[in-house]
Amino acid sequence: MSFDDIINISPYSLDSKEKEKMLTERLLELTAFHRRNCKEYNNMLEALNFDETEVNSYKDLPFLPVRLFKELELKSISQENVVKTMTSSGTTGQAVSKIYLDKTTSSNQQKAMVKIVSDFTGSSRMPMIIIDCPSVVKNRAMFSARGAGILGFSIFGAKKIYALDDNMKLDVDGLREFLDKYKGQKILMFGFTFMIWQHFYKELVRLRDGGITFDLSDGILIHGGGWKKLISEAVSHDEFHKRLNDVCGIEHIYDYYGMVEQTGCIYMECECGHLHASIFSDVITRRPIDFSECDMGETGIIQVVSVIPESYPGHSLLTEDEGVILGEDDCPCGRKGKYFKINGRLKNAEIRGCSDTYATKF
Amino acid sequence: MQLNSDVLNRINYLVGTSEIVNSISDISSKQLFDNSIIEFLNYTSKEIMKDSRSRMYSDVVTFAFWIRKSSIVKLNGKYNDEMQIKLGKGVAFHIAPSNVPVNFAYSLVSGLLTGNVNIVRVPSKEFPQVGIITDALNKALIEYPEMRQYVLCIRYDRDKDINDLLSSLADVRIVWGGDQTISELRKSPLQPRAGEITFADRYSLAVIDSDRYMDIEDKERVAEDFYNDTFLTDQNACTSPRIVVWTGSQKQEAKKVFWDNEYRLVKKKYTFQSIQGVNKLTKAFLAAAEQFGVKILERKDNLIVRVAVLNVTEKLMEYRDNSGYFYEYDCDDIMSIAPLCKDNRCQTLGYIGDKEMFLPLLISGVKGIDRVVPIGKTMDFDLIWDGYNLPALLTRTIVME
Repeated sequence: MSFDDIINISPYSLDSKEKEKMLTERLLELTAFHRRNCKEYNNMLEALNFDETEVNSYKDLPFLPVRLFKELELKSISQENVVKTMTSSGTTGQAVSKIYLDKTTSSNQQKAMVKIVSDFTGSSRMPMIIIDCPSVVKNRAMFSARGAGILGFSIFGAKKIYALDDNMKLDVDGLREFLDKYKGQKILMFGFTFMIWQHFYKELVRLRDGGITFDLSDGILIHGGGWKKLISEAVSHDEFHKRLNDVCGIEHIYDYYGMVEQTGCIYMECECGHLHASIFSDVITRRPIDFSECDMGETGIIQVVSVIPESYPGHSLLTEDEGVILGEDDCPCGRKGKYFKINGRLKNAEIRGCSDTYATKF
Repeated sequence: MQLNSDVLNRINYLVGTSEIVNSISDISSKQLFDNSIIEFLNYTSKEIMKDSRSRMYSDVVTFAFWIRKSSIVKLNGKYNDEMQIKLGKGVAFHIAPSNVPVNFAYSLVSGLLTGNVNIVRVPSKEFPQVGIITDALNKALIEYPEMRQYVLCIRYDRDKDINDLLSSLADVRIVWGGDQTISELRKSPLQPRAGEITFADRYSLAVIDSDRYMDIEDKERVAEDFYNDTFLTDQNACTSPRIVVWTGSQKQEAKKVFWDNEYRLVKKKYTFQSIQGVNKLTKAFLAAAEQFGVKILERKDNLIVRVAVLNVTEKLMEYRDNSGYFYEYDCDDIMSIAPLCKDNRCQTLGYIGDKEMFLPLLISGVKGIDRVVPIGKTMDFDLIWDGYNLPALLTRTIVME
């Protein structure tokens, strides 16, 4: 089964049985493919004595901890076929993941993303406000997670502006002009959760206190990147929605969960506040003690699988996030597949030992 | 000499005062194993044992046991030949590791028994064990006021000014806490005659003779011993074995019995943290990616992760992990583990079997292996530690002909 067989299926139309069959077939093929083409990956599967004839479901396939992509250069293509290298957005001094893409995988990421996002925004392109600064996407060969997100979503924008300048200052005049020009039209807005809060929301509040307001009630805001930094500011999901609505009237706000190691098959939040797995990917929660699959409603470590990665062995990954599967095929929003929530990152281990610990592992 | 009081004021004194620091260069050294020290330590031991909190901490009790008079007198016999006059070098400045509660006390006692004036930086984390021991020291100092100048326990946040000041006073600096702490402290100069003892990042291994193991009746006792060598410190002490090397003719049977026993104990006693399973799987895959023939052995769960290797390479210890992550190697020629022992980071060899079997390896001139001790004893502190003869390094020997 190839990616092209999957791309034409409507992204939330398969029930659990159909999806399991499709994923099992595709992911087994990807496993065999990467085994042939990535020596390190093959060594890892050899270490597990992995035998694909014993696999009944994609849930039986091995998973690689995402941290491996920080330590190793894992790819299943030759260097000359690498068209893009994506990196995770680690803070200074931290190791970053390096994900190598060829033309096919890069293009399939885009195709999957279009299918997923249009299910929420409609298929026509819209004027788009990117709540970030233009310099993030300058280097087109090396992409940070932020840059990749912006470029990924940019295909939904007809006309685009960056709302922030390179000093992360809100471009008030530019924004005003843009909104006047496209008055009455649906407007797509995209950015990273913390950036939106810090550099957009807070600035809008300051402006409003000075008598300047913006009406974004026609906007659709999609944001991702996680809540970690906002938790330290004590801003919850609901608070985020309410406060943004208060300051600019925006009603449609969608969070998404995704990672640079599996770009493309993002998990969008629906109208009911649930993150959804499309047919291009799935989440499995696993018990920390033995990696067995959790029951629905039970918190576990998130494993993600994706049908996209062909250029690197990242089709089955164990993340360092914790979450809960809330249900499958029965979300009131009507989309099939699993829906879930993310609780946050796993805590670093607190261990004893003679060597003083300096936070270097992550 | 007047010291910078701004810097001194940033120090918190658990035992001792800043006045003592101010006049520290005037304090005279004592002789190796001076009687006043032995009496003082014995009193401290009693105070610790009297403290009802001590019962909760086996590490505190072990320490109190070690500083009893009868135990110290034995050490005296072992390390003091009394043929020459040996005096403390002067001021010993100790930086204890931040993550082992009682280590500071062993370092202090090493400095005291060798006749030095001691400034000990205790862990910044507030371990109850630190409080129990410093309380006992303070009580003993009331009884033995002449010892006051010799015992200072202090606490301060990472602060280069304080490191600079105390290093400038030191005749010997003792740095625990591994490579990064050592390189941090090396930025603070010592006096020309001053010495330094550094406890760097180390790793250790275990060698088990399968035939000997199978003959042992009390296998549960062995499991306890091995637990104390490993899981008790999250298998992350310098002394904790990271690899188990099996010799003899009953390797497969021995492994099965050994790990079954160990697993039962770990399941009962060890507190597992969610990220540990992910960490161990990551390390196992890194090792597998690097080296051919690595096998992650079948396991019930993530409490004990065993990774079998076909051969022992120099790089293997780059992929060491902790909290129950073991490499395993079937060994028919002890010299085949030489690549691990060549490295000067290799510290303790814990064993079950006949220690004579290591002689060829040791005399081959490997740069590692400072201790060969039975399993269960890898954590037992001694005045020769980590390859350093502390009584020799912390004293000055006077020639008188």
